[in-house]
Amino acid sequence: MTALLWRDLRLALRAGGGFGLGLAFFLIVTVLVPFGVGPETALLTRIGPGVLWIGALLACLLSLDRIFALDWEDGSLDLLATAPLPMEGIVSIKALAHWLTTGLPLVLAAPVLGVLLNLPPAGYLWVVVSLALGTPALSVIGTFGAALTVGLKRGGLLLSLLVLPLYVPTLIFGAEVARRGAEGLALQSPLLMLAGISFGVIALLPFASAAVLRINLR
Amino acid sequence: MSIWEYANPVKFIRVTDRILPWIAGGAALCLAVGLVWGFFFTPDDYRQGATVKIFYLHVPAAMMAINAWVMMLVASLIWIVRRHHVSALAARAAAPVGAMFTLIALITGAFWGQPMWGTWWEWDPRLTSFLILFLFYLGYMALWQAIENDDTAADLTSILCLVGSVFALLSRYAVLFWNQGLHQGASLSLDAEENVADVYWYPALVCIAGFVLLFVALVFLRTQTEIRARRTRALLAREGRG
Repeated sequence: MTALLWRDLRLALRAGGGFGLGLAFFLIVTVLVPFGVGPETALLTRIGPGVLWIGALLACLLSLDRIFALDWEDGSLDLLATAPLPMEGIVSIKALAHWLTTGLPLVLAAPVLGVLLNLPPAGYLWVVVSLALGTPALSVIGTFGAALTVGLKRGGLLLSLLVLPLYVPTLIFGAEVARRGAEGLALQSPLLMLAGISFGVIALLPFASAAVLRINLR
Repeated sequence: MSIWEYANPVKFIRVTDRILPWIAGGAALCLAVGLVWGFFFTPDDYRQGATVKIFYLHVPAAMMAINAWVMMLVASLIWIVRRHHVSALAARAAAPVGAMFTLIALITGAFWGQPMWGTWWEWDPRLTSFLILFLFYLGYMALWQAIENDDTAADLTSILCLVGSVFALLSRYAVLFWNQGLHQGASLSLDAEENVADVYWYPALVCIAGFVLLFVALVFLRTQTEIRARRTRALLAREGRG
């Protein structure tokens, strides 16, 4: 399992893996928002946490189709399926690798981009905490979507159509934690809900993803 | 004699062929009676005026939008557990109907909201969760269309339906948390103290019956069409090979 994790990480980090792409996309989305809504700092402060969450979510979405696509094309997914590793394990590792190469950099980059959006000082901590808790859920849900659409030719667009509605609860609670943190309000209940969604999804969804992947490899 | 006999496509088509005219006729009758009764023979509400009559389309459509998804969920479970093709096809047939009902509920709601709340759209929990439900329908139908192999498509969509149901419920409560609403609470419950007045309640009941029958008739019809289309494809494929 660790071997698979290292392999996925190396593939993502090396050329053509699109490692920096998600980060660059996150940066661009965040830069474009002030162009769209105007440069008023008060407004940016208010919508900053939400913008960071939306940006992170879209950046995450961007790299989802790579989770299985390359392995599907060169046939290594078939090999993995016959390996003495449960499909659930493979799916979880894939999700973990996706999070390490996409989610984690986004979490780390968020405070830097927060400066651009004039985030209040109290907000930084909670933006990072909410993203750190929420992005694993985004990766795991995204892996499910990627498994659903793995063999399809026009998979990319369909993938977003399938995955984005599934992202709604995570986004609501994640952005709520970030917003309340920035405004200095009590945030225990959305934080607990976010953690609940994240852990629940990590625990349960790999089974669905594995089932879907088995069907697709049939 | 068990219900699983109707999983045989031939038997399904024979039985539904016989009862389909009755169901469709019943739907037409109920809708005609309910809507005419509701539109022309009930008093205007003292506060809402004539707009209250949107109720007869809005409420049954909204109820059926949710019930259609539940029916798809049950049909998907039957497909996963017992692998009856009719069940998978019925789930597929129900999706566009359910999506249409969702759209009707959203649009009539907008027409109602404009004079009453002064806005076409409001990020109210109920409205938002219906919009999300609509997106789920779209994704479900798109997945059916994207996959060429019928069995794979049935498998994948039924799992999507299961996972989607969980997330739809989650979203429902998440939006409730996110924004408190403008929409009124339930007013047709059997156990509630305060419901709509009887003058509105009886025609509404007829309309709901009409929408249920309409849904059943459409699902039967579309399932039959799917079965026949599949049979045609099989025949054509055989001709091509032979």
